Amino acid sequence: MNEFLPFFVIIPLGAGFLTVLLAGRIRHASAVLANLAAGSLLVLSLLCVNSLSRSGTLAFNLGGWASPLGIKVVLDGLSGFILVVVNLVSFLAMIYAASYMRIYTARWKFYALFMLMLAGMNGVLLSGDLFNMYVFLELASISGYALVAFGVEPEDVEASFKYLIMGALASIFILLGIALTYSYASTLNMSDIAHALALSPNSMIITLISILFLTGFGLKAAIVPFHAWLADAHSSAPTPVSAVLSGVFIKTLGIYALSRVFFNILGVTPKILFIFMILGIFSMILGAFLAIIQKDIKRMLAYSSISQVGYIIFALGVGTPLAILGGLFYLLNHAVFKSLLFLNAGTIEYSTGTRDLNKLGGLNSQMPVSGYTSLLGSMSISGIPPLGGFWSKLIIIIAAIQAGFFGFAFVAALVSIVTLGYYFRFQTFAFFGQPVTPGLKIKKAAWSMNLAMIILALIAASSALVLLPGFRNFLDSAVGVLAKGNI
Amino acid sequence: MKNNSPGMTLIVKNVTRLTVGLILIYGIYIVLRGHISPGGGFAGGVIIALSFIHLMLAFGKKAVLAKLNQGRVLFLSALGATAFLFLVTLEFFKDNNRIILDNHFKLFGAGFIPLCDLAIALLMGMGLLAIFLVLTLLTSDKE
Amino acid sequence: MVLYFLCFVLFCVGLYCILRKRNIIKMIIGLGIVEYSINLFIILTGYRRFGRAPILAHDQQIPNMVDPLPQAMVLTTIVIGLALIVVAVSLAVRIYEKYGTFDITKIRRLRG
Repeated sequence: MNEFLPFFVIIPLGAGFLTVLLAGRIRHASAVLANLAAGSLLVLSLLCVNSLSRSGTLAFNLGGWASPLGIKVVLDGLSGFILVVVNLVSFLAMIYAASYMRIYTARWKFYALFMLMLAGMNGVLLSGDLFNMYVFLELASISGYALVAFGVEPEDVEASFKYLIMGALASIFILLGIALTYSYASTLNMSDIAHALALSPNSMIITLISILFLTGFGLKAAIVPFHAWLADAHSSAPTPVSAVLSGVFIKTLGIYALSRVFFNILGVTPKILFIFMILGIFSMILGAFLAIIQKDIKRMLAYSSISQVGYIIFALGVGTPLAILGGLFYLLNHAVFKSLLFLNAGTIEYSTGTRDLNKLGGLNSQMPVSGYTSLLGSMSISGIPPLGGFWSKLIIIIAAIQAGFFGFAFVAALVSIVTLGYYFRFQTFAFFGQPVTPGLKIKKAAWSMNLAMIILALIAASSALVLLPGFRNFLDSAVGVLAKGNI
Repeated sequence: MKNNSPGMTLIVKNVTRLTVGLILIYGIYIVLRGHISPGGGFAGGVIIALSFIHLMLAFGKKAVLAKLNQGRVLFLSALGATAFLFLVTLEFFKDNNRIILDNHFKLFGAGFIPLCDLAIALLMGMGLLAIFLVLTLLTSDKE
Repeated sequence: MVLYFLCFVLFCVGLYCILRKRNIIKMIIGLGIVEYSINLFIILTGYRRFGRAPILAHDQQIPNMVDPLPQAMVLTTIVIGLALIVVAVSLAVRIYEKYGTFDITKIRRLRG
């Protein structure tokens, strides 16, 4: 199974390049190729995680060059966990995009860029080398900038330019951090850097490197002082791209990279954990209060993403194994629910032509699939039992109380009630009640859009089963990697 | 003298006729000796693209589009990328140490590295040319 | 020592351009300057005293070379920077098409 690891990057890159070769000459070829690639990646990731539980960490040296000289591709518990989430959400977004992209022209460009973004995300998850991770992070980011500007409205281009400048600054800080780390440890392999940093005493350059990485990866993850690009970029992108950006992109490039660098390479100290907790609390509060006043559905969902990512960072900041379990489980839940809600918003826009909450109403009778799946998604993200979101928030709050942070746990519970408030408002304004503008024409949603939403809703309803003892070692191996720390 | 045809003046056009071929050959030289001296695929590809851009600056955009229209440029660039991916899939799973370290300083040694250089040069050259052709789209519409 | 300090000065000049200029093209030029300064810094970390260029030659045995790994890193980073600036310039061209201006204080339709 070790030799199949580079295929996670080779398959989507190949699909992307073949799409550009054919360049839209054969009808529907690009959609078929993209769906095949995403589906085969999903199967491959499930097989890899299965063999992970039998044989420990999978590693592969590229080109046969041994460890200090060559680049290593590594799959351990944390990478495997997030790999399955990324490929699942991307595959379902591709199924949705097969009929949603009818409203755009030049569809082959969209599929080529999307495949490049998927290759970049998979590359970040699999790399065992710090600079290799930076290269794939840049690949995914640049495809993201181009995908956000895909539509024809002027606001799309403005949002993409704002995202580009802030994202490019973040990448510059990450590169400066990598340069300083290389000059201090004289190797780029992640485990060798951990050894070299553990041997030498704590010095001021490690503080500088920590601040640079925190700024850079924090901006990619949209943590609070660096969150200004998220609302514009996620609401102006085409819907499958919004779902993937908000569901897995900010988690792969932001939270995974942050936890890998801080927990496994630099080594966490209580000061860093406290900073994570403070940033998490601010993200939760600010995201929730900014989401209440929004009229546009996608902007509200984007601000809600900031709030929920704050939960995950807060859980990582508490630092006990129970809190890390809660945080990673919440990562899985949020990826599934947020992409489901974004796909619902896209379906509403496809059918009625508007995203403004003040103009919609009473859609439940004519769009039953969207109505019930979004009800399921909203209930789960607000934390209503027995759906998965409730269990993950409960684990995070209990872990915070066990570690002694009573005030923060109280704030987390309060923000959860505010979340319930604005999702309830979304449901009543959009689906229940009477139509506000009486003459609104409703186009029926296509079959592939409904199929993607139904599959995501089924996964969302059953995600609480991951906590059962049979499936639990899927999560436990991921928690084990982070809890082991700097060794 | 008045400038009736698109592009630059007569002196620039005559000098360009002499130097474009030389720049192209220099770019190919840097690509082929990528495993012996500094350079390789990226730098050689940029120089090959420079020769076409030189032609475009001196003679106007239509002279270059008559040789290679935009679809063909994109096709060649994607061909280079696919060829590179194909080479990587074939060669990255073998043990390449002995092949590369045995044949020092020979032009046709070093395993699959010269083939990768050729693919990357095609990708970079045609890619940069496509970027320049697209970025000058607006001005030619306004003329 | 002076070289590292000058690298940092270049980085700060580029950062000032991105943060304080109002024209989009000047922001993109500032981005380019920041990237070049980072590339220069990465190559400087590989310097060894009395080292020579890391190129194997036919007939000579070269005892000490500067570190070649930062040079390989910088090759990759230059190409990544090229792709970034190409995307930024295409976005600037499209912004001019849609808004009619390059002034960033007038391109503010999304707010709140």
